[in-house]
Amino acid sequence: MTDKKAPKNNPDIEQTSTCDTTEPSEKNKETESVSPSRRGFIKQMGGLSVASLMGTAALLTHSDDAEANTTWAEWFQGNYRLMTDEEKEQAIARLERRYTSEFGKQVTVDGTPAQEGVLFGYALNIQKCIGCRRCVKACVEENNQSRGDKQEIEWIRVLKMEKGEFTIDKMNDGYPGGYGIQVGGNAYSAAGVVLEGEHYYEPKKVPESDSFYFPIACMQCEKPPCVKVCPVRTTYREPDGIVVVDYNWCIGCRMCIGACPYWARRFNWGEPNLSSKDMNPKTHYLGNRPRMKGVVEKCTFCIQRTRKGRYPACVEVCPVGARKFGNLLDPDSEVRRVLARKRMFRLKADANTYPKFFYFID
Amino acid sequence: MRKIIKFTTDYVGYVVKGGPKFYAWLGFLGIFVLFWMYGNYMQWTEGMIVTGLTDQVSWGLYLANFVFLVGVAAGAVTVVFPAYVYKHKALHEVAVLGEMLAIAAVVMCLLFVFNHMGRPDRVWHMLPYIGIFNWPNSMLTWDVLVLSVYLVLNVVGGFYFLYMKYTDQKLNKLFYMPIIYIAIVWALSIHTVTGFLLNTMPARPLWHTGMMPIRFIITAFAAGPSLIIIVFLTIRKNTKLWIKDEAINMLSQIIVWCLGIALFLTLSEVVTDLYHPTEHSAGLEYLMLGHNGLNRLVPWFWSSLAMMVVAFVMLLFPSVRKNHNKLVVACVLAFVGIWIEKGMGLLIPGSIPSPIGEFTEYYPTLLEIFNSIGNWAIGFIVLTVLLKGAIGILLGDIKYAKE
Repeated sequence: MTDKKAPKNNPDIEQTSTCDTTEPSEKNKETESVSPSRRGFIKQMGGLSVASLMGTAALLTHSDDAEANTTWAEWFQGNYRLMTDEEKEQAIARLERRYTSEFGKQVTVDGTPAQEGVLFGYALNIQKCIGCRRCVKACVEENNQSRGDKQEIEWIRVLKMEKGEFTIDKMNDGYPGGYGIQVGGNAYSAAGVVLEGEHYYEPKKVPESDSFYFPIACMQCEKPPCVKVCPVRTTYREPDGIVVVDYNWCIGCRMCIGACPYWARRFNWGEPNLSSKDMNPKTHYLGNRPRMKGVVEKCTFCIQRTRKGRYPACVEVCPVGARKFGNLLDPDSEVRRVLARKRMFRLKADANTYPKFFYFID
Repeated sequence: MRKIIKFTTDYVGYVVKGGPKFYAWLGFLGIFVLFWMYGNYMQWTEGMIVTGLTDQVSWGLYLANFVFLVGVAAGAVTVVFPAYVYKHKALHEVAVLGEMLAIAAVVMCLLFVFNHMGRPDRVWHMLPYIGIFNWPNSMLTWDVLVLSVYLVLNVVGGFYFLYMKYTDQKLNKLFYMPIIYIAIVWALSIHTVTGFLLNTMPARPLWHTGMMPIRFIITAFAAGPSLIIIVFLTIRKNTKLWIKDEAINMLSQIIVWCLGIALFLTLSEVVTDLYHPTEHSAGLEYLMLGHNGLNRLVPWFWSSLAMMVVAFVMLLFPSVRKNHNKLVVACVLAFVGIWIEKGMGLLIPGSIPSPIGEFTEYYPTLLEIFNSIGNWAIGFIVLTVLLKGAIGILLGDIKYAKE
């Protein structure tokens, strides 16, 4: 339904000298430390609130009943941002239980909050991007998007931008003609609008000589229009600058989709299709945990990774090192060094959204 | 208290009883409600994937009808305003019918909003205190606020009037008149806010124009009275309530003025956008001329324009306005033309091209159409029942009988 023509295959990369996969710095080390005590915790909390009562009931009873109770408790839960720490623990425990039973494997839901002194930023080198879309694929594998023909969701889209063609025989083309060419000639072509690219390209090999590539995803704006229009504040900006969605609070009105100038948001039109095999069990409440039908989702800078000191999946996978990520408040971070040294721009600066996603060229 | 109970039972007893024509009409509408039930069941269980909406065009038929019906609700003020502000006698007699129309239109608006929502089960998240009402930031919360208050104003104003008439008591002017005057201003606010809902999104250049609220109000004041004239003439034909010619004349004059201004505003917009088209004009160009063979909306735009122009020209002639057979034709043209203008002509091209320049055409599915027609059918059932009750009281068919 969505992204009807979304590309399914990743064309092979034409091996060129620019394909240097840079070794990530120390920030890329796995620092996984999921606390195992959440389950025990909820058992002690039983009886404090309606939701926890239901949660306890769900723990004590079995099978379908348990699931039903969990679902009801989930339905009644408040907005994540406003939950107390206890309520957050309960909500997370409920979800872990539900996902674990739904996907038949141990699923963890992380609730790591934003770290002090961190403002995440991203920089992308459009000169290096070869349009291979490995980032798109890695993103889907990491972030549990719906896949398959019926509903394929991708948070990153790579626009193919064709380079212009100027020829002598087009010299006399134009409008209105007769009285001298007022509009026309070579530089006038009715290529798309706004961003003159298309994101359904399916070449045998990339990069194609007549094109360059321009990946887009959520820009994590400092002034996000999507946040302002949300009637229930289910989408909001976290202290570390990531714009998140509480999928359990979203009413599906799609105001945010209308307001986003970057077409970064996706909607679960139907029940997401995610098999147990494909499911990534390491999730974050505000990030890649499985979504339900009727809610909005988008890129979260891989919140489940980056809050634990890892790189986003797209940064890790990029074969040409076009993607840089780090803490904008740290002058020694990669992204800050890029911003200090390279010529950079923000997409649609006229929208006044102040993205923390920068484009640069060498 | 007993009076109120008696009012309720008398009222309900009256509106459910009627002649064969009445039942046939309700039965006819009921057929669409059956399709509506099926459509809603499917959408509830399968999700919005049963609609033709996509990430590219994520607002469609439902929201288009919503926007139009907010206009119809606001248009009811064209009866109430002359009645109370200009003391128009003929309209004053039937002003309560305008309020009943407003109630039915708001009910339809709510039905369309529920269809538009991906998670209607979570609507309580918007309730203040229990949930989060992102007011004043989110324009949608303003819309919820003004629409629900408008509904309350019309229900209270309308039924207070009917109750006093039923019990043959004098209206308490200190209570009633403020409601009427607030409702008049409020009618403007509902459509203004609906305009703001769309035009406060710079990401959608077709909508991002300051002309939106005034265009909405002007077209509403043409579409609303067009429907009211049709309803009034139907009432004259089928009930004993004789709505005077002066009332209908007043309304047809309002329509012709508003249609003229609406056409002028459309012209201004087209010239401004297309004299030197920028990226921001792509939506309008797509709507009017199509884009590289994608031209699904083109016939809608031109037919809407044609209908509005024809209606306007027809209504310029007093002979047409006085001849009620011709008048109905003009009213239908105006009503349908504006319905298209706000839906296929405004809401959908707002998403085409998408913010990154992608042209995706939108095809509503059969289920989406079932649900939309069903919402209209339910609205007309509500309208029929409300009008029947109101007419019964105005005629004195229902009266408080002292035991």
